[in-house]
Amino acid sequence: MTIPVTIRLQEADFDTAREVAAMSAGRTDVGAVVSFSGVCRGGADGDAIDALTLEHYPGMAEAEISRHVEEALTRWPLFGVTVIHRYGRIVPGENIVLVVTASSHRQAAFEAAEFLMDYLKTRAPFWKREESAAGTNWVDAAAHDDAAAARWTKS
Amino acid sequence: MKVVYFAWVRERIGKAEETVEPPAEVRTVGDLIGWLAGRGETYAYAFETPRVIRAAIDHAHVPPETMIAGAREIAFFPPMTGG
Repeated sequence: MTIPVTIRLQEADFDTAREVAAMSAGRTDVGAVVSFSGVCRGGADGDAIDALTLEHYPGMAEAEISRHVEEALTRWPLFGVTVIHRYGRIVPGENIVLVVTASSHRQAAFEAAEFLMDYLKTRAPFWKREESAAGTNWVDAAAHDDAAAARWTKS
Repeated sequence: MKVVYFAWVRERIGKAEETVEPPAEVRTVGDLIGWLAGRGETYAYAFETPRVIRAAIDHAHVPPETMIAGAREIAFFPPMTGG
């Protein structure tokens, strides 16, 4: 059976509850659904921000996310994967990204969701620019995100 | 070949994409960064720290030693900050 995979890049917001419910709707084999939502924070390190603007590389972003979803499907016994990533201007409190994974048991669903998020952070071609009273500023990549992604590399 | 730029690389150069025809001795992605950096002040600024520049050929990440022959689209951008 083909495993349902949904990958969407969009400017509009998404409905997390609906995406989570869709993962197990009409089936009885799913025993675990894990979801991760990335939400725009109002400030980093005490500096208030007004908004984030996410730039992406159309074509490559879809391709890169697809490659990592394919890898997740080979590493864990998943029944479904949904990845939604927004681009454009996003204000504090709004959703940025959603990963939903389904499996028969929780460990595979948790691990696959974490794997996908770690790779989205470091390998998916998106760039955040912060708007604040001080002006606009491209967000620097965090070394701890690279370290998190490196954990999944098989030695 | 078509070259595309994103985030602060795009802003520093002042354009999102262009078609370039580098000379034959420009063989790798790293060579291309060096050649582009020599095209003017805005390029020199964009590529002032080559080790932080990430590259992709035809929508796939590549290291700087990758040969560029046959590439349709080469992208240059800063480390990614999505998710």
